[in-house]
Amino acid sequence: MMEFLLQQVLNAVSLGGIYALLALGLAVVFSIVALINFAHGELMTVAGYVLFVCILYAVPLPIAVVAAVVAAAAAAAATERLAFRPMRRADPTSLMLTSFAVSAILKVLFQNGISARPKPVPLPPELSGTLTLGPVRLGTVPLASILVTCLSLAALTFFLKRTVMGKAMRAAAEDFQVLRLMGIRANRVIATAFALSGMLAGISAALWVAQRGSVDPLMGFVPVLKAFVASVIGGLGSLSGAVAGGFALGIAEVLFQAYLPDAALPFRDAFVLGFVILILLWRPDGLIPAKTGRRS
Amino acid sequence: MLEVEGLSVHYGAVEAVANLGFSVRKGSITVLLGANGAGKSSTLNAISGLAPSRGRIALGGDAISGQPPEEIVRRGIALCPEGRRVFPSLSVAENLHLGGAVHAKGAELERRIEAELDRFPILRERFHQKAGLLSGGEQQMLAVARALMSAPRLLLLDEPSLGLAPKVVDQIFDLISGLRSQGITILLVEQNAERALEIADHGYVLQSGTMVLSGSGRELAESPLIRDAYLAG
Repeated sequence: MMEFLLQQVLNAVSLGGIYALLALGLAVVFSIVALINFAHGELMTVAGYVLFVCILYAVPLPIAVVAAVVAAAAAAAATERLAFRPMRRADPTSLMLTSFAVSAILKVLFQNGISARPKPVPLPPELSGTLTLGPVRLGTVPLASILVTCLSLAALTFFLKRTVMGKAMRAAAEDFQVLRLMGIRANRVIATAFALSGMLAGISAALWVAQRGSVDPLMGFVPVLKAFVASVIGGLGSLSGAVAGGFALGIAEVLFQAYLPDAALPFRDAFVLGFVILILLWRPDGLIPAKTGRRS
Repeated sequence: MLEVEGLSVHYGAVEAVANLGFSVRKGSITVLLGANGAGKSSTLNAISGLAPSRGRIALGGDAISGQPPEEIVRRGIALCPEGRRVFPSLSVAENLHLGGAVHAKGAELERRIEAELDRFPILRERFHQKAGLLSGGEQQMLAVARALMSAPRLLLLDEPSLGLAPKVVDQIFDLISGLRSQGITILLVEQNAERALEIADHGYVLQSGTMVLSGSGRELAESPLIRDAYLAG
């Protein structure tokens, strides 16, 4: 009983952490360029396939993960340069449609270039087992996942608080024009925001693949859909809101999954979304709303 | 130092500034006066690269028109925008740091921050507070300090006294004259024509985007047009 509860809490926090990282990636870009990036899931997919190829060629896991994260960041920066920068002065709707196009193009490339079917990504045996802590045994993957999430959040906080570019990104979310008056180049801030969101997608992808053990061209769709929900719960464009929303959603999903009666289990998502509606009735702008959600 | 010729600024079909020409002498305070919507802020925005414009703008003989704001500030023109526009959720320290980040590094950056804290001791007290929690006057001082972090040759000030208590307005105008004596050239846009003309070396009056009057601070303060329109008491 105790072990079951602990295991569920662990699952809830690790799933929440993945949603939090994904929602953060969405929020970093949204807060600066007001783009809801529907191609975020495909960044995950890029990272997933790089991980697959690396493990296929027996690259050590840490190097494979770094390669996957770098690839997702590079892909994000490339979509910014090729697709979003030419649309810089467009209205938010056109930007959003552009992101649909990027997403569709990447999906087709994965389907035709690699395979429409899932590819297995076997994990090293030391990750697939359990860890015995006193009287309880806990899954290694959720534990590692929580650790990685915490490290990522700490590194991101350090970046945003301590580095010039991090401060510039927080300032850009509040008043981009004035930031340019300080001499800080708009293109660099935006490119960095995209690369950072790609890194976050890459880390989430590694954690997601570790739990599922396979990649496919549509693997990013479900988690990023959840991340959209999480960022709305948290407050669209708010970074701390994205983290809060991600954890709230992950925890709700796992707890409903664990404690709903069997007859109600098929309707788990309805319960989760009902919970989301309750949160939004309570706080219509999200848990921690962005201070300046404006910007055309 | 600054030469503006044939400047026009359009917002869609609306012409905010039409064929404007004026100049700012090195080491002077030059003031642009005019009613709301006369094109004063548009002129400053055009000079600093925020508003797209036509015409020629030159700083010390070099054309700067058409450059983006990131480039203009590197050439030595800093704009302290209307409404202060400090970054509210960033601390005073972070606001100042960003103001100088691309213009100075390391010890020089620290030295500039120290110099601004000496200039505005209240900012030293508020150093780690969020800028959004400062009073209006303190935010204005932060906005000026942040603009000065780039060590500009020319400082553009857009309505620095707007919405401030009379005592704070006095401080701000003292500060502006003080900056001139330190060799910073100033182009000032003000609603408070009386106070602005007291410290101005030269002034221009805009109406509907064109120049209608120019002269020394004293000449303008005594001109009937100004007396009727702005100084009526």
